[in-house]
Amino acid sequence: MTKMATREAYGKALVEFGKDPKVVVLDADLSKSTFTVLFQKEYPDRHFNMGIAEANMMSTAAGMATCGKIVFASTFAIFAAERALEPVRNSICYPNLNVKVCATHAGISVGEDGASHQCVEDLSIMRAIPNMRVISPCDAASTRMVIREIMNTPGPFYVRLGRLSVEGVYGEYGDEIDFRIGKANTIRQGNDITIIATGLMVQQSIAAAELLKEKGIDARVIDMHTIKPIDAEAIEKASAETGAIVTVEEHNILGGLGGAVAEVLAETRPCVMKRVGMNDVFGKSGKPEELLKKFGLTATNIAAAAEQTLAKKK
Amino acid sequence: MDKTNEKRLKIFAANVRKLIIEGVYSAQSGHPGGSLSSTEIFTYLYGEKMRIDPTDPKKEGRDRFVLSKGHCAPGLYAALAQRGFFPKEEITGFRQCGSILQGHPCRASVPGVEMSTGSLGQGISAAVGMAMMGKLDRASYRVFALLGDGELQEGQVWEAQMAAAHYKLDNLTAFIDFNGLQIDGKTDDVMSLGSISDKVKAFGWHVINIDGHSLDQIEAAVREAEETKGKPTMIIAKTVKGKGVSFMENEAGWHGKAPNKEQYEQAMAELNAALAALEVEA
Repeated sequence: MTKMATREAYGKALVEFGKDPKVVVLDADLSKSTFTVLFQKEYPDRHFNMGIAEANMMSTAAGMATCGKIVFASTFAIFAAERALEPVRNSICYPNLNVKVCATHAGISVGEDGASHQCVEDLSIMRAIPNMRVISPCDAASTRMVIREIMNTPGPFYVRLGRLSVEGVYGEYGDEIDFRIGKANTIRQGNDITIIATGLMVQQSIAAAELLKEKGIDARVIDMHTIKPIDAEAIEKASAETGAIVTVEEHNILGGLGGAVAEVLAETRPCVMKRVGMNDVFGKSGKPEELLKKFGLTATNIAAAAEQTLAKKK
Repeated sequence: MDKTNEKRLKIFAANVRKLIIEGVYSAQSGHPGGSLSSTEIFTYLYGEKMRIDPTDPKKEGRDRFVLSKGHCAPGLYAALAQRGFFPKEEITGFRQCGSILQGHPCRASVPGVEMSTGSLGQGISAAVGMAMMGKLDRASYRVFALLGDGELQEGQVWEAQMAAAHYKLDNLTAFIDFNGLQIDGKTDDVMSLGSISDKVKAFGWHVINIDGHSLDQIEAAVREAEETKGKPTMIIAKTVKGKGVSFMENEAGWHGKAPNKEQYEQAMAELNAALAALEVEA
């Protein structure tokens, strides 16, 4: 199976589903990196480069949405979620406008660019804003489904996309899969413990489940692609049926997937839990695979966390 | 502008000023200074220029106005009420719990408000987006925006101006309410802006300097803007902060403060006298 980065799947999906003249796409001088360049080639009239001015891009996107447009605004996650945070909050989310912030180069798998460009806070920041829905797909096939669905769902979305080419979890780009925003997908059944992952940590978690199987541990793996609204039912069910949960994200352990799952558990059916992610530290320069290893985000790390958590299970 | 129409608009403006004072007094908070300095601009746009329909605020093809200096919501609400977008009685609910009239403009709750604003610098960007879509759709609507001079200290304003010139948005006309004051004092003391005219010109806009209280000059500038092709127009409107209420004029302290009962009565007396003088005029 060919690997593909979720950012590339995003660009392809914009072309595939963006025929509607209401769809417009904005970029901030990164169109070749975010892959909105694919849309630009197909529909040059509806692609606008806003230059290196992300705050303006977000409020401009909001103004366009007031004219009945379906607006996609793309740049790197660090700029979309942080430099332009307040315009996203006040211009897009407060008036509940139809803008899809599709942010690429999230997490440490950005690699060599280093910490300044490795956004590990966007999930927690974006999910704290009223009206904003937050999605973090793990592969090309699911990214395609996300883009199609958000194009047809009014209101603001934040979609977290990666730079790195990743294996397909659901198949390849273009495969029709069972995928709904807000509904977590159980990738692998299991009854001893549940690993809830998002983004490219889903692939690592599937590999971790294989490692655990060798030790006789039967791990469930859930792709929690929608961080908000989170699938509380799937979390509660996992707690009830497996009694132990590990969350895994290429993101700070504070406030993102782990935080969201912990909130649900604390208010519904608490169980032993561990958050795997960036331990409140900035990333570094290096090759993506080296960095995932350095910061403890590999299948081996996840399997070890699962074993520690299982040991605490009553 | 013919005399009859000018008189009608002056009466519109006097009523807008009264509604501004009414709203801010009722709320016991809000921003009278910059609302009063922008009154003639609101008046010309809502009382004369814009193709808008109070019975159908989202009508296809309507002209659009974005209040980038969102804190001057009292002025915008007053103009909308005076134009009939909602009953004038709503004004006394301004800033109060349960009212449609939020402290800063909210497009979801107020008929006729095109964009939620309040965080400075963002409204002009939204206006740029509206103008870009007007071009894309080959629509004939025009987009207007109103900035404060202090607001120009926000970097995003210059990002927006850069984009507006790049995309040759000659369907966009922005005003700067150049009253020279901001919360902490004179703009020149807080953070000097130098020559606003030169800066905006250098960003590729057509620039017109006017007296922002002259309806004739506002009209002439807006016409000139319409005739200017290939670039957006900035109308730098020299104004007096607090215009129309003697004790508020040119006082930074009235940027974001409500009058007490005595001050309210004095302000209304002055505005009523001005209105009466207009109405008796032949």
